[in-house]
Amino acid sequence: MASDQRLPERVSKASGPTGEDLRVIGKARQRVDARGKVTGQTVYADDISLPRMTYCKLLRSPHPHARIRSIDISRAAARSGVYLVLTGKDLPIEYGILPVSQDETALCVDRVRHVGDPVAAVIAREELTAFEALDLIAVEYEILPTISSPEEALATPEPRIHDYGEEGNIHKRVSFEFGDVDKGFAEADEVLEDLFFYAGSNHLAMEQHASVAVKDREGKLTLWTSTQVPHYLHRALAKVLEMPAAHIRVIATPNGGGFGGKSDPLNHEIIVSKAAMLLGRPVKISLTREEVFYCHRGRHPVLMKFKTGVKKDGTITALDLQTLIDGGGYGSFGVASTFYTGALQTTAYHVPKYKFRACRTFTNKPPCGPKRGHGTPQPRFGQEVQMDKIAERLGMDPAELRLRVAVKPNELTANFLQLGTVGLEECIRRVVEMSGWNQKFRKLPEGRGVGLACSCYLTGAGLSIYWNKMPHSGIQLKLDRSGGVTLQAGTTEIGQGSDDVLAAIVAETLGLRTADIRVYSGDTDLGPVDLGSYSSRVTLMAGNAAMQAAERAKAMLAEPVAEKLQTTKERLRFADGAVFDTAAPEKRVTFAEAVCLGESRFGTIGTVGSYWPPKMPAAQYKGGGVGTSPTYTYSVAVAEVDVNPATGWLRVVRIWNTHDIGRTLNPTIALGQVEGSIYMGLGEALMEEQDFRRLPKKLSHALVHKAPSMLDYKSPTSLEMPEIFTEFVEGPDPRGPFGAKEVGQGPLLPIAPAVANAVYDAVGVRIDEVPITPEKILKALAEKKAGRAPRYGPTQFPNVTWPEALRVPPPWDGGDGHAINEAPRAPKPDGEKEKVLSR
Amino acid sequence: MPIDKLPKECEKPARIHFTLNGEATEVSFAPYKTLLEVLREDLNHMGTKHACELGECGACAVILDGEPVLSCLVLALECDERDVVTIEGLTSNGELHPLQEAFANMGGSQCGYCTPGMIITAKALLDRNPSPTHDQIREALSGNLCRCTGYLQIFDSLEAAIREISKRKKATETT
Repeated sequence: MASDQRLPERVSKASGPTGEDLRVIGKARQRVDARGKVTGQTVYADDISLPRMTYCKLLRSPHPHARIRSIDISRAAARSGVYLVLTGKDLPIEYGILPVSQDETALCVDRVRHVGDPVAAVIAREELTAFEALDLIAVEYEILPTISSPEEALATPEPRIHDYGEEGNIHKRVSFEFGDVDKGFAEADEVLEDLFFYAGSNHLAMEQHASVAVKDREGKLTLWTSTQVPHYLHRALAKVLEMPAAHIRVIATPNGGGFGGKSDPLNHEIIVSKAAMLLGRPVKISLTREEVFYCHRGRHPVLMKFKTGVKKDGTITALDLQTLIDGGGYGSFGVASTFYTGALQTTAYHVPKYKFRACRTFTNKPPCGPKRGHGTPQPRFGQEVQMDKIAERLGMDPAELRLRVAVKPNELTANFLQLGTVGLEECIRRVVEMSGWNQKFRKLPEGRGVGLACSCYLTGAGLSIYWNKMPHSGIQLKLDRSGGVTLQAGTTEIGQGSDDVLAAIVAETLGLRTADIRVYSGDTDLGPVDLGSYSSRVTLMAGNAAMQAAERAKAMLAEPVAEKLQTTKERLRFADGAVFDTAAPEKRVTFAEAVCLGESRFGTIGTVGSYWPPKMPAAQYKGGGVGTSPTYTYSVAVAEVDVNPATGWLRVVRIWNTHDIGRTLNPTIALGQVEGSIYMGLGEALMEEQDFRRLPKKLSHALVHKAPSMLDYKSPTSLEMPEIFTEFVEGPDPRGPFGAKEVGQGPLLPIAPAVANAVYDAVGVRIDEVPITPEKILKALAEKKAGRAPRYGPTQFPNVTWPEALRVPPPWDGGDGHAINEAPRAPKPDGEKEKVLSR
Repeated sequence: MPIDKLPKECEKPARIHFTLNGEATEVSFAPYKTLLEVLREDLNHMGTKHACELGECGACAVILDGEPVLSCLVLALECDERDVVTIEGLTSNGELHPLQEAFANMGGSQCGYCTPGMIITAKALLDRNPSPTHDQIREALSGNLCRCTGYLQIFDSLEAAIREISKRKKATETT
């Protein structure tokens, strides 16, 4: 079916490198894990079944905020078929993904912080028995006041949801000033102030989390689990179970979708591990969909205040951004998310003076964390809608405005982020041409409109989550005299195609097909450490490590092969399963023969590769580590929408998008990442919301999830999908393997603002928050009709007591990346003996 | 009132005889189990995916007497003497079904969790209507959620499979 491997017509490529002879890279291919997925043979965590396996169910809190007075497990423990009942006192050690917020226990010890917080675990012979036994556990709660929003958290310092953090119920506050913004605003011709709100949402991965733990025949722990971060989970297990990490094996099974939702060490993973070690029998847990909504770690709801100064020609003179973040009941990635709500506001447009303040509060809701785009889609929405308003104020085309202020390649931004290749300008030009922007913008009939938005995203977080000097990615290759190559990696295949990307890089380098490479990923025993599948880091980081390992293997084969073929190493080419002399191609050996020659010369052929990100200039000031990356991608989208002014019904008709990908490694997978990102962006733009119902305080303390099922939680189906046209703007970045940058997250970012801007073009109302629902459009249309501001969105930003800003003069003001008002920082712990910083 | 004990009749295993992927199959199981649970837990057919168990997502679709059904909403007891086709039944002699081939080639499967249900639903559509329109494809798949692809490559996969099936049909007709 070779002809059907062609790419669909809706995707094209602009400005790719030419004259190269690549056999695997850049070709539309069947991904290496495709067969298992279409036959149903891929083994997800929930598909694992072991002899004598037992089942775990969790008793979850019905209250949003309460103290646990007592737990009586005696009736449950006595029930026939129940083997074990665990409570918080069995697992008292705190953990968390970030060293600065080790604030979770696997089971609540003395306090529940949201509905769904686990209080006890029952392990039984049958899942049904475990489920029924939950009813036999008696928990006495003392109800505490419910804190349901950041505004309520700011106004209610007591009781504190956690007894750490800044103060009251403020988890984290940050404040930076890069240059004198007041001076910048004084130089501006126009200053715009706008409020925006971006609702929280869940990842809704099709696979609900599942784990199986077993005490293996050596008495050690093995855990199969749907995690994106086996390495970080490995560390958390060692800490909580007080076991040597070397006696724990975490196997990340192929994830049935991650999107960030499986990036934390999660309580159920720790609970089944503990239970398996106590029982000596395998213990399995499969979360229900409702439980996944309580696990959450999804998009943070963020309220934003953007103040931007511009000159008449569009030049930005200053930006002052404040964000207020609803964190939910635990830290999760929240401290990083807090920084992310402002870290990338300087990486798309040249912002010479930048003030950024952010505040994350605890609330009695399931904890928020990283979801595709981690913390950056929210401020991207605000910034891009405000750019649309600025363009209108200046009487300028929004695409033209953006072209004027777009960042340049290799720029060092005001907050010291080092950019790499930047395809933003070409992305804008191409999407304008593809979409017929100039014929459509402000020219379509009433009810039809187009909107444009740009974005920028990381290609891998520049710093590890815990301080250390070790590589971020490692790859191990074993070459066999049969001609087979085994690739061992710590990366996790979450559906994004990481196994295929690694196989492709090795195959291209060694002149093989991807089918000749066997990939073993996600296993902490088999593969070298990789930090995990998050922050769009795998292609660049693990990819570079794979390239290094493959180059080293190639060098080991080249020497004896050159000798055998009586030529030089430099003249050898590895391609099509053979090694040959480029000057005399008939002089050749098969790849298997080459490995035999290599093995005869050097013994067993095994190589490793490592990747360390380059030094990050922003890491010199406190908090500057978040937002750093080896390089960044740019995405630009145009949305065309249809709005019915009578009903407010909004339909997205078409999306055009361009993505600055560096190099497309497998266009089929890359297209899937782009279209999947756009789909998820549309879900957030139009309907998805992790929302809660708060009853009047007098009546009840309840705070109930409005939609803890796939039926109630609306997500786009096949019927809601618009036409999508994609163009990859290629320009290999020397920092990426074969020049590749990320593609899994960036294309989500411009979607919501492009839709909002298109709604304005269609019916002349601003919806300054997502999701953009018909109800909000109707309300804004009513405002317009009444002669008031034609807008729906937040109207006030509460007073936050901000700490003194950390002042870091930008590069053009003579700054060197250090803060001028910062106390000297304590030296980092030694890399060889890194320690987990406890709060 | 907590349930301390199941009713007596629930403790006695049930037994059915049915056709699973073309093979006569007999299985005994706890009578309250759904077809999904019996397939996975008692017959070790893990290709049919366990997800919402509420009929909301389509991941557990199987073909029952020629109709696509959500196996999480069907009691196994209802399947006595009936015909069930799961994803495992699509390959024959190790050869992929054109739908499987197309999903693999056209990016129709990313994480793969919705894929068996998606392919089964697509097969049920093509069995009824070998040349559906684009809109009929969108409609037929609207009960199968996918969070990875944005659906477009799934449509591509179906359309490629339709072309391939029709090509093969023509080839057998001419020979």
